Amino acid sequence: MKLLYFAHLRAKIGIAEEQLDPPPGVGDVSALIEWLKRRNTRFAEALREPRALRVAVNQTYVGWHHPLKPGDEVAIFPPVTGG
Amino acid sequence: MIRVQREDFDIGIELSALTRGKTGIGGVASFVGLMRDVADGTPIHAMTLEHYPGMTERELQRIELEAQQRWPLLASLIVHRYGRLEPGDRIVLVATASAHRAAAFESCEFLMDYLKTKAPFWKQEETPDGPRWVAAAATDDLAASRWRKD
Repeated sequence: MKLLYFAHLRAKIGIAEEQLDPPPGVGDVSALIEWLKRRNTRFAEALREPRALRVAVNQTYVGWHHPLKPGDEVAIFPPVTGG
Repeated sequence: MIRVQREDFDIGIELSALTRGKTGIGGVASFVGLMRDVADGTPIHAMTLEHYPGMTERELQRIELEAQQRWPLLASLIVHRYGRLEPGDRIVLVATASAHRAAAFESCEFLMDYLKTKAPFWKQEETPDGPRWVAAAATDDLAASRWRKD
């Protein structure tokens, strides 16, 4: 699974992207976020407020209970501010 | 058509190219977003726009397609820049063309409202106190919500 982080999430976490294979129990977006938060304090801090997170799987916005599969590209980022 | 690019764009050239040969067009509405030199009372020296290559283009295409389905458009264009910009620089161009003005005006506003809340771009401003990330504005969500059909 490829994970991408953008904007101030990337700055807080300290990396822009990584290849990861979460354990078998991590089956959806919500479980992935919870698992990431347990990795270290930087993730815990960056992902602390779920309402301030947006998630895209394979470059499409998804909800909290979207299922995940190996090979997915998962992007986590703050609310967008373009225009 | 949509484009995401680092380079500046020329509004005259873009609008001419958009309508060339399409003589059924009766009007073009356009919006150009510029970088301001102040935000919430703080002077801004420059701004860096980050995006998500791939998804940003897909979202802009999706938003443009939705506008084309909702209004009788004969042409449309979104050009959005990324990278470092300075006050006065152009950020975004949205243009819509139709036989009559109402569809052009409305869809142009729709595209801007949706783009601001959906397209993956993030702004980091350079202020006298150092860099700061721009927070999403609740007023942008409100502006986008009025186009919901449900």
